Amino acid sequence: MAILSLYILNKSGGLVYQRDFTEKLNKLSANDYLVLAGTFHGIHVIASKISPVSHSSGIKSIDSSTFSLHCLQTPTGIKFLLVTDPGQSNAHLLLSKIYQLYADYVMKNPFHQLEMPIRSDQFNRQLTIYASST
Amino acid sequence: MTSKPLKAVGEEVWKTKIDKVNAELVALTYGSLVAQLCRDFENNYDRVNEQLDKMGYNIGLRLIEDFLARSGIGRCSSFKDTAEVISKVGFKMFLNVVPRVSNWSADGKTFSLYIDDNPLADFVELPPQSENLWYSNIYCGVLRGALEMTQMQVHAEFVSDVLQGHAATEIKVQLLQILKDEIPAAEE
Repeated sequence: MAILSLYILNKSGGLVYQRDFTEKLNKLSANDYLVLAGTFHGIHVIASKISPVSHSSGIKSIDSSTFSLHCLQTPTGIKFLLVTDPGQSNAHLLLSKIYQLYADYVMKNPFHQLEMPIRSDQFNRQLTIYASST
Repeated sequence: MTSKPLKAVGEEVWKTKIDKVNAELVALTYGSLVAQLCRDFENNYDRVNEQLDKMGYNIGLRLIEDFLARSGIGRCSSFKDTAEVISKVGFKMFLNVVPRVSNWSADGKTFSLYIDDNPLADFVELPPQSENLWYSNIYCGVLRGALEMTQMQVHAEFVSDVLQGHAATEIKVQLLQILKDEIPAAEE
């Protein structure tokens, strides 16, 4: 299993979705997940501002010896954060597929409220299928 | 923006990534929706136009994610690029038509989309005294909603429609402002 967990942040840095795909991760409190998301959002902004070169894309990935974190920011400002085993080279493909699932099962649900937390069984199911196929 | 020609991007997305539905089902569904609005508002066509625009706006807010996710297109470098992307990828992807982009204003902030073969209007003949009705006004709303999500505030309106007996179907799109504060960090 390559994918460990997924975070989705709305354009103001609020956490709208969090899910672990493995049992081995420690669970945090709901509030800690929100803080984690908000912190990343802030660091992402700062990183793009202090970049010595203009038009920096901000943080794309963070690597450690035990995991990698990959970030996809869409032109609409949504961030998808994917935590995987280290050295996952195809993370960008995984993220763009997850973005498509989001466009389908979250945005096309007429009763989903924009910017609000995602509560969609279909989205959960499709993610499970996709994560287990990687 | 991608390096591939936009026309090829649009063709490819249309061919490989889009589920197709029966065009007549779409035309009939949209037709009955407009007709019902006309009844509900007792042929007050200004209000019908307004409702269609609102519905389109709500669609645009959502549709933009589908557009970006499937086309893989990034931020446009100019409003001219945006116009080309709307026509060659956006319209192509969702309606399989490629409107002509033309009639640019001198300041580069206003252009027109000419839709030669409007799939929504296939079977439509407007009732008498409906000169104010812009039958396909939902397009204007979709454009406004989708562009707002990518931080461009625009005004979009029909200026002519073959259904009204005009020579062409033309939507005018005007860039009001770029919502600089809303552009996500690292995207400028």
